[in-house]
Amino acid sequence: MSAAVDEHDHHADDHHDHGPEKGLLRWVITTNHKDIGTMYLLFALAMFFIGGTMAMVIRAELFEPGLQFVDPAFFNSMTTMHALVMVFGAVMPAFVGLANWQIPLMIGATDMALPRMNNMSFWMLVAGVLLLASTLFMEGGAPNGGWTLYPPLVLQPITVGKALPFAIFSVHLLGISSIMGAINIIATIFNMRAPAMKMMDMPLFVWTWLITAFLLIAVMPVFAGAVTMLLTDKFFHTSFFNAAGGGDPVLYEHIFWFFGHPEVYIMILPTFGVASTIIPVFARKPLFGYASMVWATASIAFLSFIVWAHHMFTVGMPIAGELYFMYATMIIAVPTGVKVFNWTATMWKGAMTFETPMLFSIAFVVLFTLGGFTGLMMSIAPSDFQYHDTYFIVAHFHYTLVPASVFILMAAGYFWLPKWTGHMYNEKIGQLHFWLSVISVNILFFPQHFLGLAGMPRRIPDYAVQFADWNMISSVGGFIFGASQLLFLYIVIDTIRGGTGEKVSDEVWEDAAKHGLEWTLPSPTPYHTWTTPPTIVPTEHVLDSH
Amino acid sequence: MNKAKQLFAGLILLALGLGTAHADYTLNLMKGVTKVSNDIYDLHMLILWICVLIGIVVFGAMFYSIIYHRKSKGHVAAQFHENTTVEIIWTIIPTLILVAMAIPATKTLLELHEVEKSDMTIQVTGRQWYWEYKYLDSDIHFESHLDEASERVHRTVGADPRSVPNYLLNVDKPLVIPVNKKVRFVLTSTDVIHSWWVPDLGWKKDANPGFINEAWTNVEKPGTYRGQCTELCGRDHGFMPIVVIAMEQVDYDAWVARTLEQQKQKPDLSDQTRQQLMAHGESVYLKNCVGCHQIDGSGVPGLIPALTGSAIATGKWESLDGFLRAGTSKMPKFEKLNGKEFAELMTYVRNNLGNKVGDELQPKQTALPDDDDE
Repeated sequence: MSAAVDEHDHHADDHHDHGPEKGLLRWVITTNHKDIGTMYLLFALAMFFIGGTMAMVIRAELFEPGLQFVDPAFFNSMTTMHALVMVFGAVMPAFVGLANWQIPLMIGATDMALPRMNNMSFWMLVAGVLLLASTLFMEGGAPNGGWTLYPPLVLQPITVGKALPFAIFSVHLLGISSIMGAINIIATIFNMRAPAMKMMDMPLFVWTWLITAFLLIAVMPVFAGAVTMLLTDKFFHTSFFNAAGGGDPVLYEHIFWFFGHPEVYIMILPTFGVASTIIPVFARKPLFGYASMVWATASIAFLSFIVWAHHMFTVGMPIAGELYFMYATMIIAVPTGVKVFNWTATMWKGAMTFETPMLFSIAFVVLFTLGGFTGLMMSIAPSDFQYHDTYFIVAHFHYTLVPASVFILMAAGYFWLPKWTGHMYNEKIGQLHFWLSVISVNILFFPQHFLGLAGMPRRIPDYAVQFADWNMISSVGGFIFGASQLLFLYIVIDTIRGGTGEKVSDEVWEDAAKHGLEWTLPSPTPYHTWTTPPTIVPTEHVLDSH
Repeated sequence: MNKAKQLFAGLILLALGLGTAHADYTLNLMKGVTKVSNDIYDLHMLILWICVLIGIVVFGAMFYSIIYHRKSKGHVAAQFHENTTVEIIWTIIPTLILVAMAIPATKTLLELHEVEKSDMTIQVTGRQWYWEYKYLDSDIHFESHLDEASERVHRTVGADPRSVPNYLLNVDKPLVIPVNKKVRFVLTSTDVIHSWWVPDLGWKKDANPGFINEAWTNVEKPGTYRGQCTELCGRDHGFMPIVVIAMEQVDYDAWVARTLEQQKQKPDLSDQTRQQLMAHGESVYLKNCVGCHQIDGSGVPGLIPALTGSAIATGKWESLDGFLRAGTSKMPKFEKLNGKEFAELMTYVRNNLGNKVGDELQPKQTALPDDDDE
């Protein structure tokens, strides 16, 4: 998709614009941030469809009460693998792909700081996900103890067959890949910025990724440690989580969620960054409250480390622990609220237009806020005794992941694809994709709130008949949502191959150059950019500082 | 695009129409039958309405802006991008709301933790995949399994769940408690983590292997209250419901006396016909074996051996008997079964599930001297 500008022979010290390698080898050995970004994004898209297929299996089995298609253990494998594939294979890599493409363009850098490691992190991701996927074909099936991998369940010989060590090694690889990606992003942002760009001039997407990268470095090793303890408990007779040997299964939950809570913010903070980039462009206004956006992101990241046990209110904690985790969790609503208010204030008195990226971004603000509301409800520990592990929480986190993270990833695709490819996508099909997605995603997930409140536990393959009606509606929404995403696949392929045929300008969107450096580059972006750093950076969001 | 919209609207209507025949569109949390569950319901409604109000304000502003501040209406963009006063206001107001919310939440949480001064204690043990109840103040002790009707239907492709009353929410032996008494629960597990939840009581609590959790309830209204395991505990996690029957004290006392009497009865070791053995054997199988070995005895490839054609199941009955009593690293010991149940189960396994050994075992053959302890 990135055009080869020139292809002449060259020497190592030749400073002309080098083209990419020819043929397939280009993709294997590339160290170009655009190539690697493209690979990350396409890989994530493929995983989105694989994880989505698993979700379709789940919704098909839950379409009606009773046993129809799959055995309960396979159903559990599907919920487990759906989560692992979507989290580690789709959402996280998609944001790393965006970071690869956009961070150097946005900060005026020639490439990522550590290009070879960049290549390695991508291929390690592929290896990790393939290893995980291979467990589907193993004796005893893929892991089926939930993506949280709680012991003693995942260690039980009657529950998980040969898959466990492979899944754990896969987690190790994915963790190493993420950590290397994070190091690269931090090194790039700190060292490769155009000299003219101060920290507080950086686009919000760069800020949110910087903070996310620190979260990744802090928590991925914790997760790796937790699963390694599972491995030694299983194969080397340690008893970290085995009460009979003096261990504690709840200890695993604490370690897991010490990783797990920052992990959910790893998936949402870059989302905030993209939304803060797109909304100002289509509101034709500077982002409201730039500085408070940065501080809110940092506070959310900090708080994410000290609230983990709200995932475990029912595990049996002392009252002091429950009170503390309840109060700490409630506080998160404040910085998150600031962000939502800021986006609203950015739209206020703008001159808005509603191209597909803006539609997805507005839907994100509204539906993410809904997910935030249910999050606030669940922070109230006594109420959580009712909501916990029901479809209410399934609805909650899907609202914060699907119409939030995934919608913003779609928005980012529509927003930057014209820049990357030089082709305009088909706006009509884009809008159709948006409307189908936004309606069906609500048919899919909104009824799950009702199911949870009515008493339906999560992770069950079959249910009492009073839950039948909402489940059927939810499944219908799921099928429409799943099918609608094929439109997105079509649009991506179509845009790469020429789109509407309309030649896009460098800015692509009206006055976009006021909002970000990438829009001052040619469309499509040349294979190498910013070989000379920009001297002027957009600063419209920074009050009185220039 | 209009056609697509029409098609879409049609699908929604279709989906809504499908359900109306047996409409059961429950929307909200149940209030439950205890003071705590009512407090929790009030907290839930309070925070819900706070969210609705905030939502109206924020989305109202957003949609006002979307409708009026659009370029197509000729609106010219203002260029403001900071306002310290509003930013302070919208930081402080949410903080105050949260503080106001934290007060009743703290009260209810403290109440939930007040396990002292209970009138009676019941030990709840989660097991794959049933619950075991032990009344610590009397000798009552029993297992509570999913009822047989649900058990058969949920394991059969295409069977109709609507033919079973309280499908998946019914058990063979419910937990019985008196009303207006503070009942303390101590929860634990012998295998993996389970979680004990009856929505009408207002809480769930995890049952962790090797550890004991406490909780309590005081049910005000006699009735039958149903719930389920809410922590993923393996393949049959969806099939270990909870049924609590709350009774007036007199009825409860009578139930205690009756149950103690039944527990004292020794198993009937008299001979049975082949048909009786097979029918009773199926019940024992459905309670104790089906979760792993499956309804047709096929097991699970790579995890659980099949009983169909198994050398142990179809070999000498004495060795099968010894095998069941000893257990393995994967299978628990079945010493809890009495001689009668052993005879029934073994006859069933050896002559059904695709096996045709042709023998029949009578309770007297399989009973051990101490088998009548139960």
